[in-house]
Amino acid sequence: MSGGLIEQARYTCAIGAMQTVVAIPKALPILHSGPGCGTMVAGFFERATGYAGGSTAPCTNFSEAEVVFGGEERLKEVIEGSYSVLDSDLQVVLTGCTADIVGDDTARIVREFRDRGKPIVHAETAGFKSSNYVSHSVVVNAIVDQFVGSPEPGSDRIDGLVNVFATVPYQDPFWKGNLSELKRLLKGIGLKVNILFGQESGGVGEWKSIPNASFNVLVSPWYGLEIVEHLKEKYGQPFFRFPYIPIGGNETTRFLRDLAAFANESSRAELDPVKVEAFISREEEAFYLEIQSLASFLLEFRYGLPAWTQILHDSSYVLGMSKFLLHEVGIVPKELFVTDGVPEQYQGEISALLEATSEKKSFTLSFEPDAGKAQETIRTSSHNGRGLLIGSGWEKALAREKGMDYLSAANPSPVRLVLTTGYLGYRGGLRLVEDIYDRVLATYS
Amino acid sequence: MSAINLKANEVQIREVRLGSITGFSGKASELVGCARKGKLGDRGRSFTQCLGCSTSNAACTVILIQDGAVISHGPVGCSSCFHEFAFTYLVNGGNRGLDAPTQRRIFSTNLGERETVYGGNQILADSIREVYARTKAKAIFIVTTCASGIIGDDVSGVADEAEAELGVPIVPIFCEGFRSKIWTSGFDAGYHGIARKLIKPPVNKQPDLVNIVNFWGADIFTELFGRLGLRPNYLTPYSTVDQIAHSSEAVATIQICATLGSYYGAALEQLYGVPEIKVSAPYGIAQTDRWFRELGRMTGKEKEVEVLLAEEAERYLPRIAELRERLKGKKAHVTAGASHGHALIAILRELGLEVKGASIFHHDPLYDNGAISADALQNTVQDYGEVPRYSVCNKQEFELVNVLNRERPDILLARHGGMTLWGGKLGIPSLLIGDEHFGMGYKGLVNYGEKILDTIENDEFVKNLARHAINPYSSWWFKQAPDAFMKRGEE
Repeated sequence: MSGGLIEQARYTCAIGAMQTVVAIPKALPILHSGPGCGTMVAGFFERATGYAGGSTAPCTNFSEAEVVFGGEERLKEVIEGSYSVLDSDLQVVLTGCTADIVGDDTARIVREFRDRGKPIVHAETAGFKSSNYVSHSVVVNAIVDQFVGSPEPGSDRIDGLVNVFATVPYQDPFWKGNLSELKRLLKGIGLKVNILFGQESGGVGEWKSIPNASFNVLVSPWYGLEIVEHLKEKYGQPFFRFPYIPIGGNETTRFLRDLAAFANESSRAELDPVKVEAFISREEEAFYLEIQSLASFLLEFRYGLPAWTQILHDSSYVLGMSKFLLHEVGIVPKELFVTDGVPEQYQGEISALLEATSEKKSFTLSFEPDAGKAQETIRTSSHNGRGLLIGSGWEKALAREKGMDYLSAANPSPVRLVLTTGYLGYRGGLRLVEDIYDRVLATYS
Repeated sequence: MSAINLKANEVQIREVRLGSITGFSGKASELVGCARKGKLGDRGRSFTQCLGCSTSNAACTVILIQDGAVISHGPVGCSSCFHEFAFTYLVNGGNRGLDAPTQRRIFSTNLGERETVYGGNQILADSIREVYARTKAKAIFIVTTCASGIIGDDVSGVADEAEAELGVPIVPIFCEGFRSKIWTSGFDAGYHGIARKLIKPPVNKQPDLVNIVNFWGADIFTELFGRLGLRPNYLTPYSTVDQIAHSSEAVATIQICATLGSYYGAALEQLYGVPEIKVSAPYGIAQTDRWFRELGRMTGKEKEVEVLLAEEAERYLPRIAELRERLKGKKAHVTAGASHGHALIAILRELGLEVKGASIFHHDPLYDNGAISADALQNTVQDYGEVPRYSVCNKQEFELVNVLNRERPDILLARHGGMTLWGGKLGIPSLLIGDEHFGMGYKGLVNYGEKILDTIENDEFVKNLARHAINPYSSWWFKQAPDAFMKRGEE
């Protein structure tokens, strides 16, 4: 990876994947890094301590002495101390720039602890190597290789059990709610679910059963692909991929039908098509009942509502939100900015997926991790009528400047508190509608 | 006293320059005593948790300068928390008379693997020019990182070259996280860069202008100083590049938190003869009286100061007496950075609370001015007596948790994010005040006293939290001494 100027970064560096660890119940990130890395990550996501992240996370706090003489002894001490001071089910040692540049043999030290029977894993996450979107896969694969390992002897493939990789925890501010809805939907069509992250997962025990799944589910335009490809190679599990977050009726139904078809073709899940369709129709009915109430509001409200939107978000949300807002809410996407640093080889598919959204309209899509530049485009843009700006906390001031409605839905955002809200699925779509018009109506009287 | 050397690119870190430490456990008076005898030994730790980073503290001295722009020269993660300063700037701008605070300009050179191998000079050079084209900033600050430091980029050379071309100060600030265990070294690094590149020799001395080195607290000094015929010059948040350039023309420099402003004050005094106040900041009545009298002496406003103190005393002492009555015998614990922690101890003691313990992040035996009269911990101990369980805890949460669990105070006073949560989890009413001016002077005692009473009174939330809180700490740990992982004596 090579660098280049970026203003108002919307993601963090590789060591930000400590949040991938924080998202696993009772897992402990141990940083072998400079003193500030954990604080930087905590400051980026805010209110993201979980079980033992933030100021609780052990860290070797590299100093000049370790840069000169190496930090391996410090790491040993800190790991030993972690076992005494903190209770945890899984420990993941994440290296920072300092440890990787000076060339500490972190893998060897961690292996020594693992040889003593400790559930400990090592992942190379030096900040210069990649963003946290990429290193999320590095950390998951490290846990798979060094902790999950081979299937338990005598334990077989469980038909209809799937592992879900659908989000980068914390980088996706709605990861908890999204995974919760996803689990509900997958169970709804008859699958058994290893959701792996968050309170609805079964913690490290659930991770141990990853090899028993009959296939994997990836919901992502590009990140996480390395996980499901790795699992395919390691355990021979096929994977189903849906290339963006499904929001609302159309996309969620499409997602579930494609998934059910895949399950029956590529695994022995044997989902009952009648039950799948029955579930979908119940969900759609509930969803469109609410959309009718929305329609009466959209069609009759006399005082002005946003007619178009500009979105700065990662590729998954830009696609998912654009499709949902255009088709099911009637808000027209204008300039769209994908801020997650999408590698070039995936950009074509993302553009094509967006183009496929409408036969009548074309969209202005930019792959622009330099959000300062994206903001400049928005600043000089002009459209008729009232507009909605969806982005991070950085966009709030810009929306004010442009007289736009504004929804904070991306990181970093000091202006919104998200606990378990999700935007994925039927329920997520309704929640997104509520959030948008809550902000809009709050501007009146 | 440390000599300010503007020829050097980098400022020496606090451990070396001031003999500062990050590990101590004992009585406050012992710490002061050791410092006076020059016997301050540090104690390292075998187990540690995440610390802060010099690069953030350096950034906090420059991001809030009105007309500047900041480049973090490193991987993108090394500026990940800077958006919080942008938020602060917008939120508190109104308190500082900015009607329309502008968005902060924060950049990263986003170093990748290629630059880590082949060097990042070119990317930095290109970035500076692009940032200038985008922002037309009056000064561009470059904060360095572990990666740029270890690979040995020539940040000064690149900056000087760009400065010659662009005609605005390009200010390198050397604040790699690994250089210092004390992340307040980042403040010094920021001010060193500012002193080298921004502060100009005085042209017209301004006898009514007083520099205040502070964070982003509400503007209380315009009113207070107005009564003395003086004007505040807040540095560096919300100042302009031009205002900083002329800070050498002030009649004096005062500190709100000497941990923060030590280097700036010393630099102005040594380079341009602007005297720095050498008593502790005005928290608690003893210090308030001493500080204002010293300010009066330095600015020729002795009479006005006496009037002001008498007015303040008359106005607030009755309420302070009532608060003392209600707070008498309550027990408190303080956790904070060094000098502001000492200020909080003074406030609590003045209000009649008992400070059983304090968990302070680091300790500076003296500040850059070398004046014993400025030692905030010494002054607090002399004014109000001993703090029996004083620890220099290096922001180690596990030590704080252990101490709080033993001490179970009636209130926890904290200054930094991430520390109050554990008060709450243990059911201890906890209070964090972000505005460093909130507790100043006579009025500050009323402010704090009322807030503390409210916090102690409103304890249902923390009591409930304590019943349900998740605790990752082992039962073994709670049975150990809080300093069990501190090494003995000098490392």
